[in-house]
Amino acid sequence: MRRYFARKLLIYVLTFFVAVTINWMIPRLVPGDPIQGMVARAGAQTPEAAAAIRAQYTEWFGLDVPLLEQYLRFWADLLGGDLGVSMWLFPASVRSVILTALPYTLGLLLPAILLSWWAGNKFGAYAARRKVLDNAALPIWYVLTATPYMWLAILLLWSLGIVANVFPTAGGYGFLVVPTWSLDFVGNLALHWFLPFASLFLVAFGGWAIGMRNLIIYELEADYSHYLQALGAPSRLVRRYAFRNAMLPQVTGLALQLGVIIGGAVVTEIVFSYPGLGYITLKAIESGDYFLLQGVFLFIVVGVLVANFIVDVVYVLVDPRTRTGVGGGRA
Amino acid sequence: MRNRSRSLILLAAASLALVACTEGGDGAGPPGGVPGGGQQAAQPASYPRNETLFTSGTQWGPPVSWNPIATQNYATGTIGFVYETLFLYDPQTDKYEPWLAESGNWTSDTTYEVKLRDGVNWTDGKPLTADDVVFTAELGKMKSVPYSNLWNYLQKAEATDPRTVKFTFGAQPSYQQWANWVYFNAIVPKHLWQGRSEQDVTAGANDKPVGTGPYLYQTHDQDRMVWVKNDNWWGKQKLNLDPKPKYIVDIVNSSNEAALGLLLQGGIDLSNNFLPGISTLVRGGYKLETYFPEAPYMLSANTTWLVMNTKKAPMNNAAFRRALANSIDINKIVNGVYGQIVKPASPTGLLPIWDKYIDQAVVDELGFSFDTNRAKSILAEGGFRDTNGDGLVENTDGSPIELTLAVPTGWTDWMEAIRTIAEGAKAAGINIKTEFPAQTQVEDMRESGSFDMILNNERQIDNTPWTYYDYVFRLPIQQQQTTVNFGRYENQQAWDLVNQLDKTKVDDVAGMKAVTSQLQRIQLTEMPLIPLWYNGLWAQYSNAVWTNWPSAKDNAPKHLPTTWRGYMQRGAIKMLSDLKPAPPAK
Repeated sequence: MRRYFARKLLIYVLTFFVAVTINWMIPRLVPGDPIQGMVARAGAQTPEAAAAIRAQYTEWFGLDVPLLEQYLRFWADLLGGDLGVSMWLFPASVRSVILTALPYTLGLLLPAILLSWWAGNKFGAYAARRKVLDNAALPIWYVLTATPYMWLAILLLWSLGIVANVFPTAGGYGFLVVPTWSLDFVGNLALHWFLPFASLFLVAFGGWAIGMRNLIIYELEADYSHYLQALGAPSRLVRRYAFRNAMLPQVTGLALQLGVIIGGAVVTEIVFSYPGLGYITLKAIESGDYFLLQGVFLFIVVGVLVANFIVDVVYVLVDPRTRTGVGGGRA
Repeated sequence: MRNRSRSLILLAAASLALVACTEGGDGAGPPGGVPGGGQQAAQPASYPRNETLFTSGTQWGPPVSWNPIATQNYATGTIGFVYETLFLYDPQTDKYEPWLAESGNWTSDTTYEVKLRDGVNWTDGKPLTADDVVFTAELGKMKSVPYSNLWNYLQKAEATDPRTVKFTFGAQPSYQQWANWVYFNAIVPKHLWQGRSEQDVTAGANDKPVGTGPYLYQTHDQDRMVWVKNDNWWGKQKLNLDPKPKYIVDIVNSSNEAALGLLLQGGIDLSNNFLPGISTLVRGGYKLETYFPEAPYMLSANTTWLVMNTKKAPMNNAAFRRALANSIDINKIVNGVYGQIVKPASPTGLLPIWDKYIDQAVVDELGFSFDTNRAKSILAEGGFRDTNGDGLVENTDGSPIELTLAVPTGWTDWMEAIRTIAEGAKAAGINIKTEFPAQTQVEDMRESGSFDMILNNERQIDNTPWTYYDYVFRLPIQQQQTTVNFGRYENQQAWDLVNQLDKTKVDDVAGMKAVTSQLQRIQLTEMPLIPLWYNGLWAQYSNAVWTNWPSAKDNAPKHLPTTWRGYMQRGAIKMLSDLKPAPPAK
């Protein structure tokens, strides 16, 4: 067991190092000079002032030293917990930008992913091989899952937000509301959270449900199921065994989903004007903001690794076969 | 086992989220400072809707700076609401209006004297003095302060008494630029700013802004900026102005579509977003209003130019540039792309507010308009012929012409517009391809001079046409052209005239016209860049909560209806005092 985790940990450290290095490199390979955009935004009235501003920014961001030195400095800063200063949102620090946005993104995506995973699996397992549900309910989820997310989100916004006027169409909380720790504020927060959440939930739910249904059907066709049935086991028991086996690929799928959490946020945040990391990432890419991109990527890398680690642990817990393999024990 | 494992995953993920959230709370909660020097109003539980003005269309990212020196970056309203300028310049009336200054006069040809108002205080209680004005001007001695060029023509700024500042210039002061400086740049308090490093001055966040203006910092978040009224504002007595909204909430934009949604729901009162379909909505009974009730709906804010790289063939040939100008069907762009919310530009490119500087005789003689046949004949006269019979002209040396016209991707109106331009050019025999790179790439090409053609509209409505001619003709050409003359057009005679215009007094309209007439003659024969259309001062307002918005209608206020950066000091701040609460709905 110990050796298993030690090996895993080593792999994670290596992956982290390589991934972060690539993250550092990619923005710098993209054509376009982010300093130029900053100079343009600085509003210099003459070329001389613009040149002075350019020199100042170049020095500030340490872009006047050789690449290798930039890279070493980056690691030194990173290990010291300093992610640098954003270029697009100059002079805000990357740390503060990400920390302001993160609660919204996590608060939206984690429940959406986890709940849809949980509910989708339950429902998929329940619907498999049940005629009425299989034929009536699942097609709806097929349609929902196949719908372009953007379109579904806009439809929800339009129908429930603008036409029915039940839900607000923008903001993390009401624009008249002052954040306090009160029930009113939390309610308001939830009201704004609901539509973006629902849009993500609906799409993901269908995906999980369909996946689970197919897996269950596959498992019910497996020899052990037939054998159990032949022994006269109640169908409830057979389904339970099938479910446990079908869960394993779904757990892996969940880990992948948790890792790429930011990608899922971009469209949602733009359509619903919801604060969070997604929109910020998009703007950072557009404006070639090296430092903000590095910060967001770092967060994604850490997210993927942590999620993977958790799944590794979970696998050991839920799959006896892994446990035996890890323990190097007797079969 | 099954249940335990599942709840474990949920638990682990949830705790992760929780950790992140609490950390986020530390760094990101309501800023702890007490901006406005302790005058901040007590925090209400929510802002009453009928006392709150919702705006949008300026802020495209979280508010991060309240620094009035960083003029393109500050949170919406930093200049105007908090920091104020010596004068306002109102383009609608072409008048300079004393603001922090009581008066400003040229006491001789080379000295200018500003008299400050009595009884203006910073919101921390200290009085505004002549020292603050001198200090602000002297900040320009730092090279990276945007107005550092001030000291190219200013020699000395001194406080002769606590309310008087004397500015001494060299021979032939730049009167036009000076008039621009005194209205455009905000005064900062010396007692809080002295000792700041150059970096801090030009790039610091200045997150506890202390100004003299009608509003105070209340709070901000990733998607909003909130200002609260400063009840002790000096303007109430001295100017008889009283901004009506108690709170101003500026909403950060993620997209123009989202702003439209909010506007239709009554969640935005003043939207300065570009909403192409607005003309239909204004007529469709949505309680929405624009400055003009019919086309062009919007006031004009700036000119969109077709910038040609005059260092490359065939754009280095004036005949080619003029032919291209004649090939563009501008009305098709105005009607088709914009639904008539913009106006075709004058051949001079000067905004409507500068009509008086246009020499109509020169325009009649040399101006251009959409005429494909004329474009063809100018090309032929210039020696551009179709030698290989493909219907497109070749360079004068016989090599084929293949030009690229680029605008940033996602700028849908410009993308459509350049397709129309390319079509028109093709009909006249000019081969232009369209291209949509990322915005940073377009900026890159523009500054390094590696483009063929681009669109640009950076200069805004202003107090003097000098800013436009500076944009067109400025010399010398640098390696990187960061702000002006992107086409790298070189004409010493024209640049001398621009400088002559700069040194003409602002009230000498006849003298200015004599120079602009000559500049227009050069511009229309040489066509260094092609004026296309006037972009609108995008503004649509809802009458649901606030009424009496600026409008062309009789008896309506005429101030510029916008919160864009740089426009508060162009009179937009006065809009707030004209607003009236809407009568309660029955």
